[in-house]
Amino acid sequence: MSAAVDYLLHLADNALVLGQRNAEWCGHGPILEEDIAQSNVSLDLIGQARMLYQLVATLKGGDVTEDKLAYFRDTHEFRNYTLLELPHHGPLSAYAGSSLDYGTTIVRNFLYSALMALLWEALEKSANADLAAIAAKSVKEVRYHLRHSRDWLVRLGDGTDESHARSQASLDHLFPYTQEFWAHSPAEAAAVEAGIGVDLNTLKADWDAIVDAALAEATLQRPAAGGYVTEGKKGVHSEHLGFLLAEMQSLARAHPQGVW
Amino acid sequence: MYTQSFNVQDTAGAKPVALAPSKEDPALQAAFDARIDADGRIEPQDWMPDAYRKTLVRQISQHAHSEIVGMLPEGNWISRAPSLKRKAILIAKVQDEGGHGLYLYSAAETLGTSRDQMLEGLHSGRAKYSSIFNYPTLNWADVGVVGWLVDGAAIMNQVPLCRCSYGPYARAMVRVCKEESFHQRQGYEALLVMMTGTAEQKAMVQDAVNRFWWKCLAMFGPPDADSPHSGQAMRWGIKRISNDDLRQKFIDATVPQAKVLGVTLPDPDLKWNEERQHYDYGQIDWDEFWSTVNGNGPCNKERLATRVKAYSEGEWVRDAAMAHARKQQERSTMKEAA
Repeated sequence: MSAAVDYLLHLADNALVLGQRNAEWCGHGPILEEDIAQSNVSLDLIGQARMLYQLVATLKGGDVTEDKLAYFRDTHEFRNYTLLELPHHGPLSAYAGSSLDYGTTIVRNFLYSALMALLWEALEKSANADLAAIAAKSVKEVRYHLRHSRDWLVRLGDGTDESHARSQASLDHLFPYTQEFWAHSPAEAAAVEAGIGVDLNTLKADWDAIVDAALAEATLQRPAAGGYVTEGKKGVHSEHLGFLLAEMQSLARAHPQGVW
Repeated sequence: MYTQSFNVQDTAGAKPVALAPSKEDPALQAAFDARIDADGRIEPQDWMPDAYRKTLVRQISQHAHSEIVGMLPEGNWISRAPSLKRKAILIAKVQDEGGHGLYLYSAAETLGTSRDQMLEGLHSGRAKYSSIFNYPTLNWADVGVVGWLVDGAAIMNQVPLCRCSYGPYARAMVRVCKEESFHQRQGYEALLVMMTGTAEQKAMVQDAVNRFWWKCLAMFGPPDADSPHSGQAMRWGIKRISNDDLRQKFIDATVPQAKVLGVTLPDPDLKWNEERQHYDYGQIDWDEFWSTVNGNGPCNKERLATRVKAYSEGEWVRDAAMAHARKQQERSTMKEAA
């Protein structure tokens, strides 16, 4: 059971943390249509997180609920990729603060949804029937996220000199974080062993192909992989997740007996 | 969500004034008047008096601006929503408001004004939006109260607009009203749940009601006696029910809901009048209302600056999309030529 729980929490935390980040655009998009689109992406991700947390709550039993898992775990207990907790701008220390940058948002959504379109498809064959059902629903959503972010990646890369330079900078900033996708983690290994999860390295060639084709169309250069490999999925995060959770969890924790 | 601005002129500081009578082609004018009198619809391709067109552009664009500015006070709580269910509901709700903005801008565009022109009016401070959004959302219950009272007040005003004489606006309002009714019930339900919770939660709900009640009553606009502009809008079938009648209807509907919820509406003069068969209520602070409409509310500057920031920082994104579309066009033209 533990293998399933750890793996499901990893998938759930990915969805929640990126859903929380993308919702920051609500009311602030570069154009009304994109404001609405990012809200949609965020709603899908939060919906995925809820289904996965509910499944974890069922497996763990007792008084565990989706909200206990989302609101009452601390930073080091979250298992999301570090990529997904980063703010919507270039590299800065967590308390530096900066405006939202749509290029960062698009590049991240693209890199992550390219992975998840493949992973959810593979997870439709998971030995855990509930996870397979969640995968069947999620793959449809994430294919839309991939199409949306890919279209915008091409627009930004091919658009103006400024948008080209900005999207290349976002790509250079975020690409090294994708190394974490392929890095070993005990939780993933155990889930693969149990037939619940998928070995991501079996998806890497397909991911590379999706990414390379889109970058070529966008006239962007794929950065060389290398450098520090993040370990968010093992619970070792960037400075940014602490702030994200502090804000997200503040009200629920101020009223632990509250009913909402 | 939106209401009050029907009677608010866009020029900053001005109170409503009556419109000059039409000096246009008498035959066309007569046909237009006959259509209005027969409760018919005016469509984009139909002849219409300039003043009718201007009034509609002003009203629909104010309405659209209200929807997108209105995303900010509620959006304020998305990141801190206390459960995942409430977070999803709130995102979906704020997204709906964005959608309303989208189809209202589209309805206004049928009158020959572009979305960019309308946004320029908002960003320069010339165009108004519903002043209710110039108040802050200070605790989580504000989200529920905005749904229950602010959207509730908006619905009172908007349902008659589904019968408005201008076709595209009336049709947009049918959908807007359906969604707003849903928001109102969602907001009320969120408050009902909070009222079963802790003492702190109940205090949050009461605090939110105290801060929003009077502002919501003012949303219906000035008393009929001080609203000369309403007459022309009524004649044109753009406005159907007077400010005071709508306000009374709202109060009469809301008092029993407050009782069920278990909150006190902050008006010592609020009581049932057997003779009138309506609730009597106290004095609205119109000086405060006009002061906020004219830019001096607690959040006017923040709301406008936030819209301007989103628009100006998004310019490079919009430019990129246009440049890419142009390049695509050129590429396909070159391919055809080859």
